[in-house]
Amino acid sequence: MVPLSWYLSLSAILFFLGVVGMMTRRNTIIMLMCIELMMNAANLTFVALSHYLHSMNGQMFVFFIVAIAAAEVSVGLAIIINLYRLKASVDPDDMNRLQG
Amino acid sequence: MPNSLGNFPILSVLTFLPALGALAFLAVPRNRESFFRQGAFAVSLLNFLISLLLLKGFIPSSAEMQFVEWRQWIPGLGASYHLGLDGITLFLVLLTTLISMIAILSSFSAINKKVKEYYISLLFLETGMIGVFLSLDMLLFYFFWEAMLIPMYFLIGIWGHERRIYAAVKFILYTMAGSAFMLVGILVMYFYHYHLTGAFSFDLLSWNTMELPFKLQFWLFLAFFVAFAIKVPLFPFHTWLPDAHVEAPTAGSVILAGVLLKMGTYGLLRFCIPLFPVATLQLLPYVCTLALIGIIYGGLVAMVQPDMKKLVAYSSVAHLGYVVLGLFVLNPQGMVGGLLQMVNHGLSTGALFLMVGMLYERRHTRLIEDFGGIAKVMPAYFAFFLIVTLSSIGLPMLNGFVGEFNIILGAFSYSVLYGVIANFGIIIAAVYMLWMFQRVMFGEVTREENKILKDLNLREYLVLIPLVILMFWIGIYPKPFISRMEPSINKIISRCQAGTTVDCQIPSGISMELNK
Amino acid sequence: MEKFVWLIPAFPLIGVLINLFFGRWTGKKAHWIACLAVLGSFIVSLMVFSRVMQGETLNYDYFNWIWVGSFHANAGVLIDPLSALMLIVVTGVSFLIHVYSIGYMHDDPGYPRFFLYLNLFVFSMVSLVLANNFLLLYVFWEAVGLCSYLLIGFWFQKKSASDAGKKAFIVNRIGDFGFGLGIMMIFVVFGSIQFTEVFGMASGASVACLTAITLLLLLGAMGKSAQIPLYVWLPDAMEGPTPVSALIHAATMVTAGVYMIARCHVLFNLAPLTQNVIIWMGMLTAFFAATIALVQKDIKRVLAYSTISQLGYMFVGVGLGAYTAGIFHLATHAFFKALLFLGAGSVMHAMANETDMWKMGGLSKIMKYTSWTFLIACLAIAGIPPFAGFFSKEEILGAAWSAHRYEIYALGILTALMTAFYMFRVYFLTFKGTPRYNVHSHHAHESPWVMTFPLMVLAVFSVIAGWVGIGTHGGSWIHQFLNPVFTLPGSEHMAEAGHSGSEQLLLMGIAIAAALAGIGLAWQIYLKDIKQSDRMAAQFSGLHKVLTNKYYVDEFYDAVFVTPIKNISIALWRGFDAVVIDGTVNGIGWFVSIIGQLLRYFQSGYVRTYTTMFVIGVIAVLGFYLTR
Repeated sequence: MVPLSWYLSLSAILFFLGVVGMMTRRNTIIMLMCIELMMNAANLTFVALSHYLHSMNGQMFVFFIVAIAAAEVSVGLAIIINLYRLKASVDPDDMNRLQG
Repeated sequence: MPNSLGNFPILSVLTFLPALGALAFLAVPRNRESFFRQGAFAVSLLNFLISLLLLKGFIPSSAEMQFVEWRQWIPGLGASYHLGLDGITLFLVLLTTLISMIAILSSFSAINKKVKEYYISLLFLETGMIGVFLSLDMLLFYFFWEAMLIPMYFLIGIWGHERRIYAAVKFILYTMAGSAFMLVGILVMYFYHYHLTGAFSFDLLSWNTMELPFKLQFWLFLAFFVAFAIKVPLFPFHTWLPDAHVEAPTAGSVILAGVLLKMGTYGLLRFCIPLFPVATLQLLPYVCTLALIGIIYGGLVAMVQPDMKKLVAYSSVAHLGYVVLGLFVLNPQGMVGGLLQMVNHGLSTGALFLMVGMLYERRHTRLIEDFGGIAKVMPAYFAFFLIVTLSSIGLPMLNGFVGEFNIILGAFSYSVLYGVIANFGIIIAAVYMLWMFQRVMFGEVTREENKILKDLNLREYLVLIPLVILMFWIGIYPKPFISRMEPSINKIISRCQAGTTVDCQIPSGISMELNK
Repeated sequence: MEKFVWLIPAFPLIGVLINLFFGRWTGKKAHWIACLAVLGSFIVSLMVFSRVMQGETLNYDYFNWIWVGSFHANAGVLIDPLSALMLIVVTGVSFLIHVYSIGYMHDDPGYPRFFLYLNLFVFSMVSLVLANNFLLLYVFWEAVGLCSYLLIGFWFQKKSASDAGKKAFIVNRIGDFGFGLGIMMIFVVFGSIQFTEVFGMASGASVACLTAITLLLLLGAMGKSAQIPLYVWLPDAMEGPTPVSALIHAATMVTAGVYMIARCHVLFNLAPLTQNVIIWMGMLTAFFAATIALVQKDIKRVLAYSTISQLGYMFVGVGLGAYTAGIFHLATHAFFKALLFLGAGSVMHAMANETDMWKMGGLSKIMKYTSWTFLIACLAIAGIPPFAGFFSKEEILGAAWSAHRYEIYALGILTALMTAFYMFRVYFLTFKGTPRYNVHSHHAHESPWVMTFPLMVLAVFSVIAGWVGIGTHGGSWIHQFLNPVFTLPGSEHMAEAGHSGSEQLLLMGIAIAAALAGIGLAWQIYLKDIKQSDRMAAQFSGLHKVLTNKYYVDEFYDAVFVTPIKNISIALWRGFDAVVIDGTVNGIGWFVSIIGQLLRYFQSGYVRTYTTMFVIGVIAVLGFYLTR
């Protein structure tokens, strides 16, 4: 039996990877991946704790998050593709037209 | 709730019919411009005809809410869908449906860009305005109050003149700033109601029975007052008005002057005075002073305006000063006069803006100096303009006189000084209106462009005739109006006298009495 | 009587409506409708008058007009000898002037409009006379003011005309300011605005209160009847067509102030201070207006100042409590002053609208009817028996004498002398002497019969109208007729009491002597040797200049009221409104946007930065809780 702390540690590492990716990368697709990574880190925590606490609530949340992640990726990728067509770039720093 | 019209939910229909029409317009392709013009007019005409049914079903002697509709809306918050109509709102609603219809009719030829959006805005605006007058639930009221701003913002900002963006932003920010205070006031009332009764309620009728401590009344009065005073607009909150009027398209000005400004005075009458009677009595001299300053100041500033629309806008400041003065002297003459003057101002100033707009359509200028001798070129226009001008300066036998005289009489019975100062306003009104009239209408035609101006066309006659008929009607036989207003007004007055814990004796301003 | 009284205002109102809606079709036939309407009113007025002669009166409310709380204003009529007499005078003179206008306005492009306005005026004026409460009186008081505004500015292409109209309206509004307040005070004090109710309670009110009320009402009368200091509009009102000057600014509307004071005599009798004010105001107006009239060159201006002067007499009369005398003079004045104006109009018609008397002269040979009728009117206003003006003016002066107001009497006689002088100055300069116009280029001619016929009718009345006043004081017909009105409880006044026969004869002698002296002086200066007038003007050049410029009153008002108010308004607008108030409003907006500008730097738009800040924030919060 793998102890709970291992799961939590793994999830923390994954989350941290996601955060660092958000902070450093300049590619929108990779940033989207980082967000997915963070969400899945959260999912892992939920599942682990659900198992640990014998409660189904955590797993229920995971389904929500998976659904949201799917929606987010589909919308997000659509936006990125459109922006790429417009700007020929996926660098978020180039997307500054709304900055007055 | 059954009423004399059976179970027909007339108030809901009146409120939402224009909005439904506007929604239906969304489905129509935007290039069918004449459809939007005629369709919007048909909807507003239908709404006006329905509103006439109110007159049939209205019980004149009753001070209570009539045609009441009540549904649960958000039970958890204590908010309900509660509509009702009494003598105060009856004619304001009729005025709204009439002015909306006329505004739509008046813009057939004036508006040529974004026609679809224009008429949708106007129809939504009508829903908002009627909703404000009919809501008896404060949450609903606030909803309509704010919702109404949006179409007006677009009307000024999209279809306005040169500085429209500035005027639209100023209008909406100024009004919203005031509304923020009112929202706080509403919430305080809401929680205080819970504190008193243990139940959450936004219902105005149950708020009306609350007895508030004076300190609370004082602050709440101020919170509501700021919102309404900006809307009226009372001196010194008036500077948005000339800008908004000058930049708005004709129909926008007409609705702004005809109905929107009445929201402020209506709010004062419906909320400030009966909800906070003690504070009203305490703050009354200050409010009246502001109103009196507005009367004189608005008139003097109007006198020297070079722009006709600005002149009429400043004259509105003076007229609305009369209304506020009348409402706050708390006697039947003053308050009935104030309420009647709201209607009068809607008719007279609405008509003035329409007529200035007609000139603008022909000449694309509003400057007084660009005209002169118009009486010769456009005799029918001259006749209508004369009647409207005279109505605005309160000439007897026209509507303005009945309202103004009652207001000044009420003010005079309250305090001689108020009456005297208010009476000065009628001299100033004659000066600025007649001077403008003279410079526009009389003299030789000095400009070539003015020599070929066309007189009124059929549509313009149709726009003006109902207003002029009403001006004469109210001026010559105001009894049907006054008798329906009076019971509701008396109820508010008695509320002010009964609901006070401090000395509420209305001081009689005149010491010289019968000595026997 | 209520069954047909309403027809009196209804006829002209129908005339208004017909010419308003069908003016395009009535066109050059507009006069038929207008004249018939006024004739109808006149006939009904005669019927009313005959009923009143039999002692009938009427106080009838047709409908409730404004009822708010305890304030009740009805639309009703009051018929008593006073209003019946006024009705006859108003409708009668109006009818004649309508007929005259057919000829005078013949070629005017605004022909139907003119008759529309005239009818509207007659409607308003008879309604004013008929009103049975203060508010209704006020309503038509303003309505006649409106008609006056419209008719003065009838030739609106002329700036001077529209200016004069505006001035008339605004000055009248200043008067109405007081009138309106007076009505409000009456309501506050008495709780009613019905004439009969208020007068019934009048003696119960305090004197201070009544003085305030009557002074306020007087302000209204001052405006309408062109008394000092509000007379300035009337001379300018001569910009209107001459029939208008005759009808509105001489015969009827301007006498409304006198009528109002007579109507409210119960109140005025109880306020001695106000009565004194009226006497002095009237006398000074009469005197100063007469001095101005001495030197005016414009024939209509002379008549305008003479109207002001005669109105001053009427005010003296009602101020003295001799209401019958005041109303009597009002009635006779209506006839001879209308005649004078119409005569002047006839002259202008002949002289291509020339009004300068120095460019006339010798017209009596060409215009027989006009010249003879004008002479009759001049004799009447100068106060030569048996012409009408003599009797009425005599009564006013006699009242001053018997009230022991000798200073007023002396001023009155002096004014009468001046009146005779300036009227005959007009007569001699216009009709006698040698022509001073170019006889060849001007084709002077007598006016058509529609214009001369009214002149003749008015001339007849200018002679006989005074005869109703023959008889010892209190015994004449006019006194008998009006007595029921003016001897309500509390209205007895010593001025009404007669004086002895020999005294009366003496007073008459003085008055006639003064009038004859004035005529003689005018004859001496303006007919015998016309150069003399220039010499005199040069001799008293300072005085002459002041008089020609009407004591600089217009300039004074301009400098003291008009210009400062305009400047203050501009300062309020440019300075206060735009800078202080709007500056504050926009300043708040500016302040908020400055804060926004500063905070903007935190909103860089880089997602990385946001994430980093977020992480730092999380670490900070966590660190705070973990290390606590």
